[in-house]
Amino acid sequence: MSPLPENETNPGAELEPTPQPGAPVAGRERRGMFGVHDAGDTTGFGGLRLPAYLPPRAERPYGGWFDEFVDELLAAMAERGIPTSAIRQVTIDRGEITLYVDRDHLVALCQALRDDAALRFELCSSVSGVDYGADVPDRLHSVYHLTSMTYRRRIRLEVAVDVDDAHVPSVVSVYPTADWHERETWDMFGIVYDGHPALTRILMPDDWDGHPQRKDYPLGGIPVEYKGAEIPPPDQRRAYS
Amino acid sequence: MSIDDIQHADSRDTTEGRVYTVTGGDWDEVLEEAARDERIVMNLGPQHPSTHGVLRLVLELEGESVTQARSVIGYLHTGIEKNCEYRTWTQGVTFVTRMDYLAPLFNETAYCLATEKLLGIEVPRRAQVIRVLLMELNRIGSHLVAIATGGMELGALTGMTNGFREREEVLHLLEWLTGLRMNHAFIRPGGVAQDLPDDYHEKITSFLKIMDSRLPGYDKLLTGQPIWRNRMAGVGVLPVDACLALGITGPILRSAGLAWDLRKVDPYLGYEEYSFEVPTSTDADCFARYVLRLEEIHQSLKIVKQALKKLEPGPVMVEDAKIAWPAQLTIGADGMGNSLNHVKKIMGQSMESLIHHFKLVTEGFAVPAGQVYVPIESPRGELGYHMVSDGGTRPLRVHVREPSFVNLQSMPAMCEGGMVADVIASVASIDPVMGGCDR
Amino acid sequence: MGLEEKLPNGILLASVEKLVNWTRKSSLWPATFGLACCAIEMMTTGGPRYDLARFGMEVFRASPRQADLMIVAGRVSQKMAPVLRQIYDQMPEPRWVLAMGVCASSGGMFNNYAVVQGVDHVVPVDMYLPGCPPRPEMLMDAILKLHAKIMDEPLGPVRAAERLASGERTPMIPSSVKFAKKK
Repeated sequence: MSPLPENETNPGAELEPTPQPGAPVAGRERRGMFGVHDAGDTTGFGGLRLPAYLPPRAERPYGGWFDEFVDELLAAMAERGIPTSAIRQVTIDRGEITLYVDRDHLVALCQALRDDAALRFELCSSVSGVDYGADVPDRLHSVYHLTSMTYRRRIRLEVAVDVDDAHVPSVVSVYPTADWHERETWDMFGIVYDGHPALTRILMPDDWDGHPQRKDYPLGGIPVEYKGAEIPPPDQRRAYS
Repeated sequence: MSIDDIQHADSRDTTEGRVYTVTGGDWDEVLEEAARDERIVMNLGPQHPSTHGVLRLVLELEGESVTQARSVIGYLHTGIEKNCEYRTWTQGVTFVTRMDYLAPLFNETAYCLATEKLLGIEVPRRAQVIRVLLMELNRIGSHLVAIATGGMELGALTGMTNGFREREEVLHLLEWLTGLRMNHAFIRPGGVAQDLPDDYHEKITSFLKIMDSRLPGYDKLLTGQPIWRNRMAGVGVLPVDACLALGITGPILRSAGLAWDLRKVDPYLGYEEYSFEVPTSTDADCFARYVLRLEEIHQSLKIVKQALKKLEPGPVMVEDAKIAWPAQLTIGADGMGNSLNHVKKIMGQSMESLIHHFKLVTEGFAVPAGQVYVPIESPRGELGYHMVSDGGTRPLRVHVREPSFVNLQSMPAMCEGGMVADVIASVASIDPVMGGCDR
Repeated sequence: MGLEEKLPNGILLASVEKLVNWTRKSSLWPATFGLACCAIEMMTTGGPRYDLARFGMEVFRASPRQADLMIVAGRVSQKMAPVLRQIYDQMPEPRWVLAMGVCASSGGMFNNYAVVQGVDHVVPVDMYLPGCPPRPEMLMDAILKLHAKIMDEPLGPVRAAERLASGERTPMIPSSVKFAKKK
């Protein structure tokens, strides 16, 4: 299937992006040039409508070591009975490979990546979350960076979940280092890791309400008095971006 | 045991009086009961002179040995990652530099490398060499603090004064080169804020001479000292499989035997051109990590010497005017600001320069959408930046994989079973920086 | 103690007050409350080059019960604020608080959910020191100004009321001016 062209503008028409079912959305759509909405539009770009960024699906041949890696991965998955539909999309961008993965097969996939002799991703560098904004479908992504010390490779796995059903199976059984990482992602984004030994808040106080790094959580902060004027905190200022 | 737990022996009345049937208990049961009462739960910190920053350790002790150790972090959580989402890509440098405050230039470099990877640009050669030079100087400073504060926590107070004396030399040099002692915000996306001052060569050479003359003092003061050895040798052992399972990188992994240094394995900024060694050990204990850090200081001095030779005249910022941070800075009557030449240029000579200056300072440059993960080797391990852009002038997400955060997970593995004093030595050898851990 | 209230108000009490204040300022023992980057600069100030020991302050007491001055060095997060208050409460009088750095004075560059916007929300502050981080010389200047403030502290409620009524304030002279070499 050919990827949806990104940043296609159709002047004069409302372009509603229609992502393919299962394709990850990795951005917010833009309306107008600057962030100004309430004041009168003096930019002249008020009619600009840009669809959200969809990371493009990579086409074979990928180039470099990616082809060999994906072939080995598919073979390992076939050995362990993981269906190929577990990988929704492969994206290769800026020399890095990202696999968008189904959450049901995440742990099995990680086990395959760690244990298979041709893959050997021994080190889980980081497990983190990304929130793509309130109007993005499946906005919470849980991102896994895996490093293979044997083959000197790095890959990224991404699992996209919706806010209402933010459950992802925990990979602590495969990579014990993910323990604190998953706790931090729960604390900051509210992604519940099923199977985690002790999913509690780690950075915020234990009785804190809300998940601070979500996009709909305010930055907090108080207005600052500077040289006679009162400057609002950064998330409430006019933004020219 | 309370009065209600005491069980009275069975008795029956016989013709000859009362007969008691006394039975004993199992010795193991008795011991276990006694032991359960003797367990103490002790809280170390967050305000504590020996816990290396605002780290709270909750230890369950049985006598002097630790049966369970847990750490509570988050006392320095500053929300830097969320703050970066409301600042332009260049302003993010000032936030990110305050995370790991002992190695600020590493934070800046990794952030800028990730931004440049997203932009798809390459910085000029001189900027690359300056970045390597500054990073290695910072590595020396950071390792000195690790040794000094480790010494202080274990009671070797002159180790602290010596370490800070050497660190003063490093900070003095960094202040000469970048303008600030700490939290420099010198390395910007696209290159470096400004060129090194004119007499950098003499200053750095004299610094190298001073360091070469003072470093053997550490061997005399600490390495050979029997108390230091006894406190650290065999303490906090973490073998290599435990390290990999827990995701530990940096001196701890190298002390366990695996020579994993991102400068050699996955070189960035031209590190493949420098000749230096990666010290490793197989002892995997605190003393090995201390020796490793001392050796890494020597190797960093070697790299600084080579970087000094490699410095050739050239630009320190990318040519692209839409990204390059505009001004050359000088000290004026009211502090540091744009140089007069630059002001003359933008106000008198070039309209484009004025527009670029204005747009870059207020709006910032836009970065094409996508995500990257860039790891570098900081003094504590793999420092990785996962940055996501949605095409705008502010990052969508900046996530920092801080080595202190990950390495601190190994504290229970190192401490449980040992004594309380060994907990301090283990934490000192992990060398966590709580600012980086909590972000 | 109340002893000072029994002394007749006059030259004698003034001298006793000066003596007491002088003893307090000459051996002001800081409590370790180093949090973030400012803590490193505080440690450097106690180090060999910018020696704090010449002001009687080299002993950084770990226990707040033995400390006079709490130098809050670094950003205070929401989680840390109750701990800060608890340590402050554990310090015996007379005690002073120096907010070192912009994060302790006003929240600094971190105007967000996680940082308390100035420790004066939590503890009463006697001296604010801006800087990010302040140089060791700036910290020493702040400490010397605090010493000047301590020297003028009234002894007992009678003297305090007098001082308040007179409206006298300690002048904050920069140390580079106050201790400059006499020409």
